[in-house]
Amino acid sequence: MQIYLPIAEVSVNAFLLLGLGGIVGILSGMFGVGGGFLMTPLLFFIGIPPAVAVATEANQIVASSFSGVLAHLKRKTVDLKMGTVLLVGGLIGSGLGIILFNYLKALGQVELLVQLCYVVFLGMIGTLMFIESLNAIRKSSKAGRTVPTRRKHNWVHNLPFKMKFRVSGLYISVIPPVLVGVLVGVLAAIMGVGGGFIMVPAMIYLLGMPTKVVVGTSLFQIIFVTAFTTMLHATTNYTVDVVLAVLLLVGGVIGAQIGTRIGVKMKAEQLRILLALMVLAVCGKLAFDLLVQPAELYSLGAGGHS
Amino acid sequence: MIRLLMFFLMLALPAKAEEIVLGLSRDQVAITATFEGSDILVFGAIRREAPIPDKSELGVIVTVAGPDEPVMVRRKDRRLGIWINTDAVEVDAAPSFYAVATNAPMRDVLRDVEDLRYRITIPRAIRSVGAQVSDSGAFTQALIRIRAGSGLYQVLEGAVDLEEETLFRTAITLPANLTEGDYEAHIFLTRNGRVIDEYITTIPVQKVGMERWLYNLAHENALIYGLMSLSIAIAAGWGASAAFTMLRR
Repeated sequence: MQIYLPIAEVSVNAFLLLGLGGIVGILSGMFGVGGGFLMTPLLFFIGIPPAVAVATEANQIVASSFSGVLAHLKRKTVDLKMGTVLLVGGLIGSGLGIILFNYLKALGQVELLVQLCYVVFLGMIGTLMFIESLNAIRKSSKAGRTVPTRRKHNWVHNLPFKMKFRVSGLYISVIPPVLVGVLVGVLAAIMGVGGGFIMVPAMIYLLGMPTKVVVGTSLFQIIFVTAFTTMLHATTNYTVDVVLAVLLLVGGVIGAQIGTRIGVKMKAEQLRILLALMVLAVCGKLAFDLLVQPAELYSLGAGGHS
Repeated sequence: MIRLLMFFLMLALPAKAEEIVLGLSRDQVAITATFEGSDILVFGAIRREAPIPDKSELGVIVTVAGPDEPVMVRRKDRRLGIWINTDAVEVDAAPSFYAVATNAPMRDVLRDVEDLRYRITIPRAIRSVGAQVSDSGAFTQALIRIRAGSGLYQVLEGAVDLEEETLFRTAITLPANLTEGDYEAHIFLTRNGRVIDEYITTIPVQKVGMERWLYNLAHENALIYGLMSLSIAIAAGWGASAAFTMLRR
């Protein structure tokens, strides 16, 4: 069934959108990523104008993250205190990111920067996670059972303004979480995603939070950052397509519920290795596009005096 | 004064020997939620005061053009091993949709001089001035190639049926990815490649119903629209969560 989207001004198959929403929703629930880094390129591919895709995707992430967070809240796997600290950083970061984005837009080449950002960050995070989880799996299969290891003490633990995060079982300074929030906020604004795929590894490896808590907390933070982005796009660029958003989020919220349940049943190492593989796949595809001569060298954009 | 001048000019011109009488299958196109494109049937007759002149080719050209808009055409080039946008040319005005249908090959029914004057073929319908790149022609060609690929630019040579040198008809297919605006249909009558009559009519293409309402809301009350989008998102998220909790019980 074809449906005409009022803001995007294109006609697309409604079931295709529902399906895409569902698949990305499942991944979102499983890994605690918003799924924007997958969905946004997919929307470009089916012919949605990039500006509309980025803005609408932010709105859709709000829905799938909210659905995911509710499931996590019931199982008490959300560190609200940590989430709030990260959020403060996140909002500052996305504000800075939008300023940076507009500055680069004035210079031109913002598209290239976005792609390079994707390749570099996805590549780095994917590789690190992949190696780490492979080691973890090898270790656990050798020992037969995972041996609880003492958490390492590093520079993170010697900073002032310490705060107790009971749910995460941490007593650390608020400076690293706020900085992580700022960094993710900047990247999220530039790359047009929720930032979960950067947030999740940062929480695990930099802050030392337990994997089970990380997913819910990341989702909690993403809701607010993407809601902020949605409002910004809606009021300045008028590019949020509510019909497209509804179709994506109907699939997305259902997918997120299923995904969360799958995530609970899987081992943390398996979850991480799957996420790593997915991140690497997207990274590979984007790098391939940059390196190989495109079939059409020319592209069309909106004219006007910019 | 101008009117008076026009009046004398009209008198000075010879009366038209052949004239177009036109009909359209629809005088407007409404874009609804389930819009999948639309066919417009353009048909008409040629009215004559005198008998059909022999030994000259009669041509009928039908064009349908969407609203003009500026387009930025960018070209990628290899720099440091990766493909990036290097050159860009802004085309000042290109129609968002353009279809041109004729009853015979273009070169038989239209002379270059007339094409230049009436801007009938696709390259002529696109206006590009002041490009700063040496090979700006390649950019215009790319624009035509890309738009033709998505069905937005159509050349339909021989698609006009002409019967008895009097009745003509053709169907123009509007694709689903239309932009709103006033579309202009031009019908040209040519003899030996010279335009002897021109008929212009507008076909408004507009969103209607919910599509119209949402579009207006998004542009006129952006804050309310944004908040509405967010509340829908939150409600859907909560709804799915609640529904799944019920299912598990």
